[in-house]
Amino acid sequence: MTQTDTSNPAVSGDPGGTSVPAVQLSGVTKDFGPVHAVRGLDLSLEPGEIVAFLGPNGAGKTTTIDMVLGLSQPTTGSVEVLGLHPRQAISRGLVSAVMQTGGLLKDLSVRETVAYTASLFADTAPVEEVLRTAGIESIADRRVGKCSGGEQQRLRFAMALLPDPAFLLLDEPTTGMDVEGRRAFWSAIRADAAKGRTVLFATHYLEEADQYADRIILISQGRIVADGTGSQIKAMAAGRTIRATLPFADPAPLTDLPGVESVEVRGDAVYVNAKDTDAVARYLLTETSAHDLEITARGLEDAFLSLTGDHDVEGAPA
Amino acid sequence: MTTQSIDPTTRRVPPLGGLNLTVLGIELKRMLRNRRTIIFTLIFPAALLLVFGGQDGWQDKAGSGNVAAYILISMGLYGAALTAAAGGSMVALERSLGWSRQLRLTPLNPVAYILMKAVVALTMGALAIAAVYVVGIVQGKAEMPTDVWILSAVVTLFCTLTFAALGVFVGFIVPGENAMQILGPGLALLAFLGGVFIPIDSYSQIVRDIAYWTPMYGVAEIARAPLTHELPWYAVVNAVGWFAIFVAGAAWRMSKDTARV
Repeated sequence: MTQTDTSNPAVSGDPGGTSVPAVQLSGVTKDFGPVHAVRGLDLSLEPGEIVAFLGPNGAGKTTTIDMVLGLSQPTTGSVEVLGLHPRQAISRGLVSAVMQTGGLLKDLSVRETVAYTASLFADTAPVEEVLRTAGIESIADRRVGKCSGGEQQRLRFAMALLPDPAFLLLDEPTTGMDVEGRRAFWSAIRADAAKGRTVLFATHYLEEADQYADRIILISQGRIVADGTGSQIKAMAAGRTIRATLPFADPAPLTDLPGVESVEVRGDAVYVNAKDTDAVARYLLTETSAHDLEITARGLEDAFLSLTGDHDVEGAPA
Repeated sequence: MTTQSIDPTTRRVPPLGGLNLTVLGIELKRMLRNRRTIIFTLIFPAALLLVFGGQDGWQDKAGSGNVAAYILISMGLYGAALTAAAGGSMVALERSLGWSRQLRLTPLNPVAYILMKAVVALTMGALAIAAVYVVGIVQGKAEMPTDVWILSAVVTLFCTLTFAALGVFVGFIVPGENAMQILGPGLALLAFLGGVFIPIDSYSQIVRDIAYWTPMYGVAEIARAPLTHELPWYAVVNAVGWFAIFVAGAAWRMSKDTARV
């Protein structure tokens, strides 16, 4: 599979009518004493979606993840996973999470770790089969403490996939993987998502979120500041920039166009930042002698910074 | 692709909160292949018995047996307490490694987890007691009626739960693998004070007054009661009191542990 394969039939495809949201947060807040870590989240993830969860440190990402996993309780509001309380969903093997670090006992062997975890679920795939699929069969008898970081990560995945979870939460899943490994990883995740597994991953790699997620949720200061596809977010945050060659440009009429954020004249060129660059382009081409138009979207990085900055962001649809 | 292949309603919850023999087996194997555990809990107390058990006056009468039997029970208690404490301290270690968090993402119920740890601690304690008793039998000095052999072993085993709780408590206070560095010498000191290594009567009055308040005194008296047929009421109060204190301490530290579980 290549990176050009970004369509996912399960997402746009039939909701099936009866399908319960994989994750449903309604009016969720979480306070730690005087600190409001999460200030009202409403969120619904559909089965089969691959969703990236982005936000700067301290945005409430970890707090939200903990509530979704039933490790902590919201102060107000409700969290449901597949229509169940998170703990109930976990006891049925419907939820798995892969953390970036920790979560392993160094003195157990790889096989023991998998067998231990498998024995806790009512239904699991056979241990040997899981070891084989995860590519850790050859190191099955090795102590976990002697495994490399990559091998430990594969072990964590093997453990997470044991109960065939309907919802998989990944924390910085591809940290330390090379490009090849990352690509193979995401094609495997995508294949599972096509069968209905919902994947929520926290990441710092904006590029990865843009490339592999069907949907990106940006959180800042305990609130969702953006929720949409990568290109929607890019457009929403910073709009696009339009550049045209227009000698002796008069910025005033351009600034008056709807959705225009800034106009800058540099020599013969004019640069317009706008939410609706189509309208600006139409104006430039029909009402002026502008030529050589270029319209560029700002990078996700710009969007990220602009949306999660300290200033209040207008119009952040949930 | 056409329909949702994962149907939540078909999923089952495991029985007994996830507690099962595979997990117990792996936990026991873990303990048994830890060299430090084996040395300090199985070999060391048995060696102490060989050293102390043959001291002058071992043939003297003590309760329904002899002094050697009295020392044997004491050493069994010491070994089992050390084992239980080591097991208890692993709870905190597992928590610091993120393993407890990992387990909370499985159906394993927290009560089942504590229960499992208790079963493992008791099994290891039983092994420690058995090691001392077997060495005692081979040594051939300890003498007591058969029912006292058995009863004292069983009573000792349950007395060690106090030290499992102490292990959990200390494990949360002292981070990482250093808990045993405190618990090892600490328990040895408590054993001296509590009359496990040396009869409490041989101390001066002041030391004795202190000793009555220390955590090993009560359980040692209870463990030896089947042999001595003596059990002062304050020994029982001591044992119950310290058990309550250590359990409360462990629970308190556990709840105070604000690290992401």
